[in-house]
Amino acid sequence: MELVQLGHGDGGALTRELITRVFEPHLGNPMLGRQEDAALFSLPGGKVALTTDSFVVKPLFFPGGDIGKLAVCGTANDLAVMGARPLYLTAGFIIEEGLPLEELEQVALSMARAAAAAGVKIVAADTKVAERGAVDRLFINTSGIGQREAEISLGAEMVRPGDSVIVSGPVGNHGMVILASRMGINPGNGLLSDCACLWPLICEIIEDFPIRFMRDATRGGLATVLKELAVAAGLDLVVEEEKIPLCREVRELAEMLGVDPLYLACEGRFIAVVPPEAASAVVERLHRFEEGRGAAIIGRLQEGSGRLLLRTSFGGTRVLDFLRGQHIPRIC
Amino acid sequence: MRRIRSLRRRLPGDDPVPIMEVCGTHSHVLGKTGLRELLGDAVEYRSGPGCPVCVTDPTDLDMLVRFALQEKVLVAAYGDLLRVPGTEGSLLEQKARGARVSLVYSALDVLELARQNEKQQVVFAATGFETTAPGTALLILEAKAAGLKNLSVLSLHKLMPPALRQLLSAGRGRIEGLILPGHVSAVTGRRAFDFLASELGCRAVVAGFEPLDVLHATALLLEMAAAGRCAVANAYRRVVSEEGNTAAKEAMAEVFAPEAALWRGLGEIEDSGLGIKPGYAAFDARRRFGLEPGRAPGGGRETCRCGEVLRGAIRPPECPLFGTKCTPAHPQGVCMVSTEGACASYF
Repeated sequence: MELVQLGHGDGGALTRELITRVFEPHLGNPMLGRQEDAALFSLPGGKVALTTDSFVVKPLFFPGGDIGKLAVCGTANDLAVMGARPLYLTAGFIIEEGLPLEELEQVALSMARAAAAAGVKIVAADTKVAERGAVDRLFINTSGIGQREAEISLGAEMVRPGDSVIVSGPVGNHGMVILASRMGINPGNGLLSDCACLWPLICEIIEDFPIRFMRDATRGGLATVLKELAVAAGLDLVVEEEKIPLCREVRELAEMLGVDPLYLACEGRFIAVVPPEAASAVVERLHRFEEGRGAAIIGRLQEGSGRLLLRTSFGGTRVLDFLRGQHIPRIC
Repeated sequence: MRRIRSLRRRLPGDDPVPIMEVCGTHSHVLGKTGLRELLGDAVEYRSGPGCPVCVTDPTDLDMLVRFALQEKVLVAAYGDLLRVPGTEGSLLEQKARGARVSLVYSALDVLELARQNEKQQVVFAATGFETTAPGTALLILEAKAAGLKNLSVLSLHKLMPPALRQLLSAGRGRIEGLILPGHVSAVTGRRAFDFLASELGCRAVVAGFEPLDVLHATALLLEMAAAGRCAVANAYRRVVSEEGNTAAKEAMAEVFAPEAALWRGLGEIEDSGLGIKPGYAAFDARRRFGLEPGRAPGGGRETCRCGEVLRGAIRPPECPLFGTKCTPAHPQGVCMVSTEGACASYF
């Protein structure tokens, strides 16, 4: 088995070999192929979105995805929820000495697939190799540029009391898959990470409906994103527990492990705020997509002070806050 | 819920009836479903000392935290213990400073951990009540059978009946009845709690963990109160028997002997902990490493009035430490550690 050596990162012959053997076959495109110091391109007029994110997921490979797919989808999704079509990405790889080349190649392959799905090109890349123990196997940073095509106004300041809150599908799958993998539990029955590119769904609704706010529910899960929205809008957000889409496996494992699924990360779900009269049409449109099949209206905004209120199935109310610390299973 | 309200009306007075849910999971269910608030006009649920990690004394945690910072030591613990603060921070904070701490989900995971880390001394910080103690007993039995030399256990296990006895014999305060922990009772058996009614005159119901179980137990307690009856009933028969789980009790009796234990905010309680018997001394981290609990600076324990808060004798703000020396970030007593605890929810 061939392993990544420190020499693969020294910029010499081994680095070239790494690029031509592992990265070029999968990620190659004319712009990247020029191997210049920077990618050169022009953008049509309008607003440009720029974002960056780093990925340090453990394990690197998990049911439904891997760090490569995550690195492309994560950054492309941050652009998409800003209403911007993802165009170009950069990718920085920090590799631990000793990582099997085969695994790196698998990561490159799934980045290529995810980029195709999101409609983005990876136009600049960098690799560094760090000594054993300095990095946990592989870290990836991606930055992305996207562009808003339509004249739209998105943001917490656009949100009004009475607006409906939509989530694009069942929440917590990604977080649960990772938690279960780390604990050596087989989630069984094909529970997969929800990791996916959201632009195909978003570009479908953004022009036809008066969307007021969007955000992807990543770290901190659905509850944290909703709380952020409530605080930023200065309104109370009331969520109906029964309306929140949850897979049976996620519900049961969460119960068993003593974690709250509303705080588990997603990597392919977003929330959207729309005027109440448009909500069901948006949900119907999302249902046409595989990734949007579980979309549902889960709550609404009302006058208030930035609280997130969960109406439980018993008719009680729970006040939810931001995620505190890491997910830690309870014994009691 | 309608039934609970109508039962409440059959009792004298207008105030909500104080009921103590002993177990942390019941507290969690009440919080998660919003039942605590929903029934607030009829019943005042009061969280008892039943969150097994919350009752771990800060001095025990300090000992563990200092130990975890030593070379060639790997501390294994259940997840929720990692966050519970001692006087010198939590295990999680110490992890950031370089302490080697590993999260386990089952006591038997520690066996694998010890095998994978042969050059480390793996110490399992064993917490929990009768629910998790049998698992620890099994771990010690298996470690002995496998002849593992790098595995030991720091037993911080606590027993529920002695704690309830101590808490309630100091005066029952306003508590009208207890909802007893279903999982603990599955091991001990319902009969182990008979003394509550026969000796202390306190009615109690063993309950399961579905929201309906808790509602049912509440209704039973109010029914008994209305009829002036005092007994320990079992509303979790699908899991809890009269005698409990004999195999689990045997494993515990083989490895452990009751000893005095320190409870956060409640002080030392006779026979409420589980010490490792001399026959298994080789697996006792206290003996192997000469571990001694530290002393809390400022003698916080002497002035914490958790016991009285739990009994309902005083309200949280009446405790001199409340909001000053004792806050959710620096809890002195069990009522402040858990988010469902009486002091934490008052804060």
